[in-house]
Amino acid sequence: MKFKARVWKFGDNINTDLILPIQAFYLPAAEQPKYVFHANRPGWVDQMKPGDIIIGGKNFGMGSSRPAARSLKNLGIACLVAPSINGLFFRNCVNFAFPALECPGADEAFEEGDVAEVDFESATVKNVTRNATLKGRAMPPKLMELVKAGGIYPLLEKEGLIAPRA
Amino acid sequence: MGMTIAEKILAKKSGQKKVAPGDLVTVEVDTVVMIDNSFIASRWREIQKVRDPARIVVVFDHRAPASTEDAAAAHRTGRRFVAKFGIKRFHDVGYDQGISHQLVADHGYALPGTILVCSDSHTCSGGVFNCIARGVGEPDVVYSAIKGETWFRVGETVRYELDGKLTPAVTTKDAFLQIAGKHGDHATQNIEWGGSGVAGLSIAARKTLTTMSAELSAEFSTFEPDTAMLEWVRARNPAPFEPVYPDKDAKYLETRKVDLAALEPLVAFPDTVIENSRPVGAAAGTRIDQAFIGSCANGTMDDLELAARILRGKRVAPGVRLIVTPGSQNVFREATRAGLVGALVEAGAVVTPATCGACGGGHLGILGPNETCITASTRNFKGRMGDSSAKIFMGSPATVAASAIRGVITDPREFLQ
Repeated sequence: MKFKARVWKFGDNINTDLILPIQAFYLPAAEQPKYVFHANRPGWVDQMKPGDIIIGGKNFGMGSSRPAARSLKNLGIACLVAPSINGLFFRNCVNFAFPALECPGADEAFEEGDVAEVDFESATVKNVTRNATLKGRAMPPKLMELVKAGGIYPLLEKEGLIAPRA
Repeated sequence: MGMTIAEKILAKKSGQKKVAPGDLVTVEVDTVVMIDNSFIASRWREIQKVRDPARIVVVFDHRAPASTEDAAAAHRTGRRFVAKFGIKRFHDVGYDQGISHQLVADHGYALPGTILVCSDSHTCSGGVFNCIARGVGEPDVVYSAIKGETWFRVGETVRYELDGKLTPAVTTKDAFLQIAGKHGDHATQNIEWGGSGVAGLSIAARKTLTTMSAELSAEFSTFEPDTAMLEWVRARNPAPFEPVYPDKDAKYLETRKVDLAALEPLVAFPDTVIENSRPVGAAAGTRIDQAFIGSCANGTMDDLELAARILRGKRVAPGVRLIVTPGSQNVFREATRAGLVGALVEAGAVVTPATCGACGGGHLGILGPNETCITASTRNFKGRMGDSSAKIFMGSPATVAASAIRGVITDPREFLQ
């Protein structure tokens, strides 16, 4: 897994209520993404483009078990890089097949609009604009396979353990 | 080198002699708790097979009784799932209703030395019972119910040594606010609680700390076992278990002391609890529209007793809505028998059925534009309890009760010394 795109920067402690607010919580999954960062960065969903990368601050995704990672994936964000990621949010990233990499110093190494190249196999994050490379916390191979396979539901569906989506 | 409590349980449940920070483990899951949100149409995937129905608990808590047609439909899906697999431990709307994490405590579902998962972030609450309990996502819960296992990353552990005794107007919510304010997030880390001060804390008081560990982004939050905890579990669940103690030479990232006697009432200012706590005096005088006591963090008998002690014989200030939500109908009944519900209602509080309610902004106390709330619940994120322009301060039930009487954020020591 390798992604190269422009980055959007977000600060420390971005929580799940900002990504998937209560107003969107009970809507159909396809309608949830348009509420992403509605409270802290209104209009962002119209500015971002599918394939863009998010560089977060520390403790990204703090908060609830809600499928907030799914909204970022459904918006078309290629991947998330942050110095630290809340463990529950990280699980949802893996399980909904949204690539996420922990990388200390990533928040300081990028300005918004820079171009990043993120390589999950080597756990490296390159700032193409400023020609700097950082080493991240490698995603365990087993979890990377799960992301590549599309997350948990396709896996269970293939084994006939859950019904196909109605 | 020895292991911490979390490491020992993860080693045992993954069939290994030893695990260490950095490992990825596949573990057996002893208990899977499924909540009403798991059954909503945008998330639910029909399960064809489960590993063992006796390991599953089903709870309707986020919107119970159903607050919308969509919630009612989710409840119907949940009831069908319960019937399909003959699940015995089912908490429908009614006598057995409650917030999943309070029910885990009421019924001793989290056994010491075992692993419990649920698709609600505050599942770490069950760590009070020396259990590896954690919030996971819906896909995790479905996978665990079907396969009886899940994966965890092993993180480093921070040990908190609690010493001394709390003063009358101070609670473990203030201890949490102190830790969140001083040490910030614990992302990728486990928390282990111990020390001589634990014996002086009720199970409910300890549970506030493990529940609020979700707000510290902790991986696992576990208490060292003691007699009071073990007796609590044995009185409620006849299943056998083996409590797990940390090794003497366990390796901690850091050990931090908390002097309970030195704590004072604190509040977290709006929008986050991370590095955002200040003494209550810093917010004193701020006018409030709503005051809330409830949730899996503060819906226990301890919390209702404390609130009633302050509110008995007094009245909630005009223009203020005080909403009190017991954590379970079991707590509600006990509080009724003890005369606490009467005291709260006479003071002007609205006591609601046991549900997540106002805490998640789902129903029973949603905030409007530009309103100010002080809450003894789990979260004060921007937009958490309703409109995103609302300001949410977080404090202990004592601070919330005192503030409801005055109509402005108030130091509870004015009422309790």
